[in-house]
Amino acid sequence: MKILVPFKRVPDPGSSSPYGMSEARPWIINPFDEIAIEEALRIRERGEAREVVGVTIAPSAAEEQIRAALAMGLDRALRVDDRRELDPYAVARILLAVVRQEKPDLVLMGKQAVDDDANQVGQMLAGLLNWPQATFVSKIEFLNGGQRAQCTRETDRGLEVIAVNLPAVVTTDLRLNEPRYVSLPGLMKARRRPIELLTCQQLAVEVQPRTTVAATSPAPRRSAGLKVESVEDLLVRLRQHEKVL
Amino acid sequence: MIQTLVILEHDGHCVKRASLSAVALARQLGGSYALGVLGSGVAEIADSVRSFGASVVLVADHPALAEPRADCYAAVIAETARQRGASTVVGTSSTFTKDILPRVAALLDAPMLSDVMAVEIKDGVPCYQRPLSAGSLCATVKLQGDVRVLTARGTAFHPPSPNGAPSPVEPIAFDAASLPNGTQFVSRERSTSTRPDLTEARVVVSGGRPLKDKETFERLIGGLADALGGAVGATRAAVDAGMAPNACQVGQTGTVVAPELYIAVGVSGAIQHLAGIQDSRVIVAINRDPDAPIFQMANYGLVGDLHALVPRLIEAVRA
Repeated sequence: MKILVPFKRVPDPGSSSPYGMSEARPWIINPFDEIAIEEALRIRERGEAREVVGVTIAPSAAEEQIRAALAMGLDRALRVDDRRELDPYAVARILLAVVRQEKPDLVLMGKQAVDDDANQVGQMLAGLLNWPQATFVSKIEFLNGGQRAQCTRETDRGLEVIAVNLPAVVTTDLRLNEPRYVSLPGLMKARRRPIELLTCQQLAVEVQPRTTVAATSPAPRRSAGLKVESVEDLLVRLRQHEKVL
Repeated sequence: MIQTLVILEHDGHCVKRASLSAVALARQLGGSYALGVLGSGVAEIADSVRSFGASVVLVADHPALAEPRADCYAAVIAETARQRGASTVVGTSSTFTKDILPRVAALLDAPMLSDVMAVEIKDGVPCYQRPLSAGSLCATVKLQGDVRVLTARGTAFHPPSPNGAPSPVEPIAFDAASLPNGTQFVSRERSTSTRPDLTEARVVVSGGRPLKDKETFERLIGGLADALGGAVGATRAAVDAGMAPNACQVGQTGTVVAPELYIAVGVSGAIQHLAGIQDSRVIVAINRDPDAPIFQMANYGLVGDLHALVPRLIEAVRA
């Protein structure tokens, strides 16, 4: 089995960087995609996949995150060179072209990127390919010698189990695994590995984002309220002032 | 011809109330709208939504649709949108719509926006507002093209009250034999909880990592929720540590809530969690760290050891 893992670099949501929206702020691999990389590596390590290929669509500044993914254990890493602000559908169309070139049996990727939280690309890619999909997955097992994947999905209604015929697109949820730690020597070694470069032109795909962010503004914020001294004081406020109890 | 197709969600018995929020978005977009109900044996469910002002209630009722398999549902929804000439397909944000509607967008060759919070029509062109960067930013977004797919953030649109003349019900014509057949439903672990649904509860009590383990979480968070007749929520860290199921996760990567009362226990206030609670009417925070970010947005804060405070709170509520 060959697994393709699309991943995205995102601004580190955990950092309070002084660099605002500039390139200088710290970047990381989207945490949900990191979980997808980890899962693909575990599938390979238990002998159920022979190759794990990572792909990202980004400018060259994403090299650090690609190196980190290689250091985790990717067999190959591809970068589609594109510096535009793409929307999820444009990303899905580029990934469609990459899938046609790489011919994986499974596309494994994060359920959403934590910068725009769209939660769309995996489902769109599955639709474009007319492949089955399993989203928000917290457990994957292969059946029939790798012809099907049985997936446990995290839904609002609780856990759901479905089986999808491969090839398929699977998107990962938080509890699938805990990604491995990348050592410094591992990172150093990954520095010498090649990153295969692609362009939309080479992939013969033309995309034009159709989603335009016209403006952004800070979200309205609530202000700090009152510190109360005791449980009794709190209940009086909730009962008599707010009338929520 | 209809302008907007609203996809409703149900549990096999009832329409999920929050899924009607998308009707409010459809009304703001203007023009006529249809409600779409898919499933098996759903005639009564379709009948129950005839009083929401739709031009028509469209029903796809077939054993092949008994479970919401994304490939089949998306195929039927996209085909319906095409047949009816709908330029917008919309649903309330949930794991059901997040699974299916992006696939519909791909089948319709259309762009999509998730978690729309508001829409404003400027010179006949809709401008949509949605959160970015874990809810710290609000983006105004425009879409190109003739067709689009949207999910509405449930907490930003009020489900309409039923009134008016009943809408006609029409079956959706589709060929069941040509539906995708690569997905098999295996099982669903039914939640045995008798607590209210997170998106519909008047009170939500959430716990974070300091709850330590599953038993303590259930005793304190579950106990307080039960005393208040509320739902149980959890932070991503608490879910990650196995203290609560993922379905309880509140925040940008989980469920966005807006109850009358939100009580955050041992929740420091990661931005992605705060983004999921900020439309709550009253927020109470209980935390031992007086500088925890959650206090910056809580109406009432109680500083102290949750292991001592929560049992006292449960006792006082029950008294």
